Amino acid sequence: MSEALRIEGLHKSFGTLDVLRGVDLAVNDHEVVCLIGASGSGKSTLLRCVNLLEPIDAGRIVVEGVDVTARGVDVNRIRRRIGIVFQAYNLFPHMSVLKNVTLAPRLALGLSARDASTQALTLLERFGLADKADNYPDSLSGGQQQRAAIVRALAMQPDLMLLDEVTSALDPELVAEVLEVIRELAGGGMTMVIATHEMSFARDIADRVCFLDAGVILEQGPPEQILSAPREARTQQFLQRIIEAGRL
Amino acid sequence: MAGESRRRSDPALDERRSRILGSLRSGAEGRRGALIATISTVLFFTALALLITHSPGWPEVRSTFFDWDEFKDSLPEVSRAFLLNVKMFCIAEVLILIFALVLAVMRSLPGPAALPLRILGIAYADFFRGVPTILVIAMLGFGAPALQLKSVPTSTTFWGIVSLVLIYTAYVSEVYRAGIESVHPSQAAAARSLGLTHFQALRTVVLPQAVRRVIPPLLNDFIGLQKDTALVGFLGSIEAFKQSQIDAAATFNYTAFTAAALLFVALTIPLARFTDWLVARDRRRRQATGT
Repeated sequence: MSEALRIEGLHKSFGTLDVLRGVDLAVNDHEVVCLIGASGSGKSTLLRCVNLLEPIDAGRIVVEGVDVTARGVDVNRIRRRIGIVFQAYNLFPHMSVLKNVTLAPRLALGLSARDASTQALTLLERFGLADKADNYPDSLSGGQQQRAAIVRALAMQPDLMLLDEVTSALDPELVAEVLEVIRELAGGGMTMVIATHEMSFARDIADRVCFLDAGVILEQGPPEQILSAPREARTQQFLQRIIEAGRL
Repeated sequence: MAGESRRRSDPALDERRSRILGSLRSGAEGRRGALIATISTVLFFTALALLITHSPGWPEVRSTFFDWDEFKDSLPEVSRAFLLNVKMFCIAEVLILIFALVLAVMRSLPGPAALPLRILGIAYADFFRGVPTILVIAMLGFGAPALQLKSVPTSTTFWGIVSLVLIYTAYVSEVYRAGIESVHPSQAAAARSLGLTHFQALRTVVLPQAVRRVIPPLLNDFIGLQKDTALVGFLGSIEAFKQSQIDAAATFNYTAFTAAALLFVALTIPLARFTDWLVARDRRRRQATGT
């Protein structure tokens, strides 16, 4: 099995705040890895570093065998192969859903408007959004917006998808429809790194769960082991708080 | 699914509509409010009219500024001259929209390599917003032709337009820049994360949103520009203000100024309504369900 992503000794700080303090992580092709941990533990920053949205201070990130943190690397080329979906959707409000989805394939991949539309409509159909193609994002529910954002990332046919707490901004009744989409992606063999607070979802979908604490991966393993029988005291504390909040 | 999409009534728009009429609402309370509004408006303007028309100098002011015969005589000439204002305004506006955008983008360029461009942009905006319009017009209008260079035009109107473009580019670039900075960085991040280049993200994601947001302040600057075309008359171009000065000097009557003023207002009002329409259309679009 070949490696989709390898992160070695990743350090990232914002000013005096050390957010990532030596993260090592390897993700195989078709593997689904869930990142769990308290707010501020570095989950989002880690994903943003992989997508090169944040410059890193030290370490190496290798995507599909290419060191993306090397000097002189074409960041736009790299980003086309890595899809990222944000907590706040970040759809473009001045464009219809269809335009949102076709924009990058047209500009970054050079697809014709017609090909991009055909491909986008197929994807929107697959995720139950075909009738929303001409809608503008503001007229959609949160769940629909987040699904549209996932479709927008998928339209670039990425090798790797990064999902950054994609259900955290949603009303509880809309979470399921978005998780369903992610399940389908996992079923289709998409390699994914998912930062999430949905523990039962992580247990369900992840091949591996990583617990981030204070900027390092403190513990990782199969979901049953990490979520049911964690070794580290910090992991136990974190899960205890989640259970108390009724989220596990 | 279809039931989830919703068309919201827009409180902000309702608010704006009701600003002129106060808190008028339908129903009995609304009728009572309308009555009070009518009475107070009539009383106020009657009082104001009486105050002015009963002032000691009113008969003289009326015959000097508001003489109907003078108005009829001067209006055709002033209108013809006003076409020059419209021409200067139209040419300048197009150039300003382009140059100001270039300047704003220059100032928003990231990275240390673009520092000279950013400095240049800041210096330009500081300088041309600082110098009074009339001084720029005077220095360029009288100074540039005085160089007697062969390829340099000597037309005062040309240099008037150049001055207005230089000054308003500085103002409008600041408006654009405010718009660019008001677009949340997550929008640019989303565009870049899809593999778009900095300029592609700017062109397709950031600028379209930025420009939509600054349409009202842009209009504000363009109304200012419209009026400032009158300053070019200072160089000798026969535009509406200069023409009314000539008329006034010939007849010892200032009604021509009133005619010029009315023409400027007449141009401003449709522009203001057009902007309102643009803003409302954009708002409707963003709420559109596509059906």
